[in-house]
Amino acid sequence: MSLATNEQATTQSSPSPELIKAVPVRHPGRWVGAVIIVLAAAVGIQSLATNPNFHWDTFGLYVLDENVIRGVGWTLLLTVLSMAIAVTLAILLAFMRQSENPIFRWSSWFWVWFFRGTPVYTQLIFWGLVAVLYPRITIGVPFGPELLSLTTQDLLNAFWAAVLGLALNESAYLAEIFRAGLKSVDKGQIEAAEALGMRGSKIMWRIVLPQAMRIIVPPTGNETIGMLKTTSLVLAVPFTLDLTFVTNTLANRSYLPIPLLIVAAFWYLVVTSILMVGQHFIEKHYGKGVDISTRITVNPAALQTAGVSVNPTPAPAQNASTNSEEDVR
Amino acid sequence: MSASVHPLTSPPASAPANDVVRIEGVHKYFGDHHVLSGIDMTVKEGEVAVLIGPSGSGKSTLLRCINHLESIGAGRIRVNGELIGYRETDGKLHELHLKDIARQRRNIGMVFQRFNLFGHKTALENIIEAPVQVRGLEKVPAKRRAQDLLDRVGLAHRASYYPAQLSGGQQQRVAIARALAMDPELMLFDEPTSALDPELVGDVLDVMKDLAKSGMTMIVVTHEIGFAREVGDTLTFMDGGVVVESGNPRELIVNPQQERTKSFFSKVL
Repeated sequence: MSLATNEQATTQSSPSPELIKAVPVRHPGRWVGAVIIVLAAAVGIQSLATNPNFHWDTFGLYVLDENVIRGVGWTLLLTVLSMAIAVTLAILLAFMRQSENPIFRWSSWFWVWFFRGTPVYTQLIFWGLVAVLYPRITIGVPFGPELLSLTTQDLLNAFWAAVLGLALNESAYLAEIFRAGLKSVDKGQIEAAEALGMRGSKIMWRIVLPQAMRIIVPPTGNETIGMLKTTSLVLAVPFTLDLTFVTNTLANRSYLPIPLLIVAAFWYLVVTSILMVGQHFIEKHYGKGVDISTRITVNPAALQTAGVSVNPTPAPAQNASTNSEEDVR
Repeated sequence: MSASVHPLTSPPASAPANDVVRIEGVHKYFGDHHVLSGIDMTVKEGEVAVLIGPSGSGKSTLLRCINHLESIGAGRIRVNGELIGYRETDGKLHELHLKDIARQRRNIGMVFQRFNLFGHKTALENIIEAPVQVRGLEKVPAKRRAQDLLDRVGLAHRASYYPAQLSGGQQQRVAIARALAMDPELMLFDEPTSALDPELVGDVLDVMKDLAKSGMTMIVVTHEIGFAREVGDTLTFMDGGVVVESGNPRELIVNPQQERTKSFFSKVL
């Protein structure tokens, strides 16, 4: 009750206080900085527009070229498929890393150690050469009869070798991100679920992972954008239909590398922008229950890691008053 | 003595059917630290047993052993006659499979000091989670039941709020409703009001008093001496991993027999 009485008392005793009208602090430095940046931007735009060596006509000629568009498609496909495989593997690896079974923990550690410790370019070359190492893949009983035999070339063409190489390498990085996410969830959440009679996998999928996603999504978005550009290395396999390879080929043919570099950069930027919009909505989905709040109950350090600002402002006045009435009653 | 906690005498060989909890000679170690050294305790059906003691006395640990959130080093804990965490055949103990431990926990509700509501779920979703996922209840009747439970703890209008939008006292009442949704035969309260602002403690204690009146068997670890006096059927004072003294709370608080109990009450009352 004392809360409500206090509020009434203050409103009654001072109905219309004189508001402060102070002279704001001037910031001349900000204006100087702004002028410098605007001038630099103007110089940049002018040179882009007037320097004939940019060959904007060539850019216009190739930006919607059929081979380029198809290259964008292949690059997207490589990105989406390898990220999908990498995320699946990463969840498995992160769960294994938390397992009570030491064999699971060690093999997960070893996987991360190996794939994070070797260059992705080297790994891509290796997957391209698997067919040399193992010309035929045979399923059968060891030292016994063969059940199925395929040539490696049929099973693992350049595209799938590229996807596999990108995905396995990425899974090692994502596994560490997922592990950090799972660890960020308060142990009390697991205990509460256990006390209700829930069990391991259900607790993981329904209680821990959804809350860990808030921590996992931002760096995973970062990795996805990184992957989009890492796909430009698939010529190591060699896979030759992706955006970078196609624009390089066109550049070599026309002896005009700069406009075609701009074509590639333009499309990478377009796709990145689309991915960023997607990430925004995913973050919003997994932020429910936390980002709307004024009272934070989860680990604030974990929130800061995720780049979520902890808003210290109090609840809107109306909300606060209903709360206090309700509680005091 | 009307109290049914028998800390210093071994319970009768053939226990009456209405003993909900029987704790016999329980020891617990954290590494070299001997947290519980030989606890005996019985809680009868419908009884409210209050555990008090200084921090580090082992009272929360004992509570957590009852639903096997902590495993015990020696002794036996039985809930409704069923051994918790183990199976005994020919005098040999076998660890229970996780699925059987989960089954045992379904009938034991627990309320935590830090509420531990699921942060990504609304009050209503918190309450229906276990009935739907564990008991396999349909969503519609589960929601109806959850709404009734929210009404019972005075929060019918907060069903769609996330935990972070609720005050501590409201969160704790939702947590009680969540535990009740599993229709437990026993409720464990681990310092349920210790993390609350003083003015919010009363609401939570009121809900617990109602629950006690409805005949729920409860074990409450708390620092609220007033609650123990008003609602408790038995009061057990623990220190250094042993039960120092126990009995009727109205008598024990006024007239403790042990020096340690006297000095504790002289500081907290």
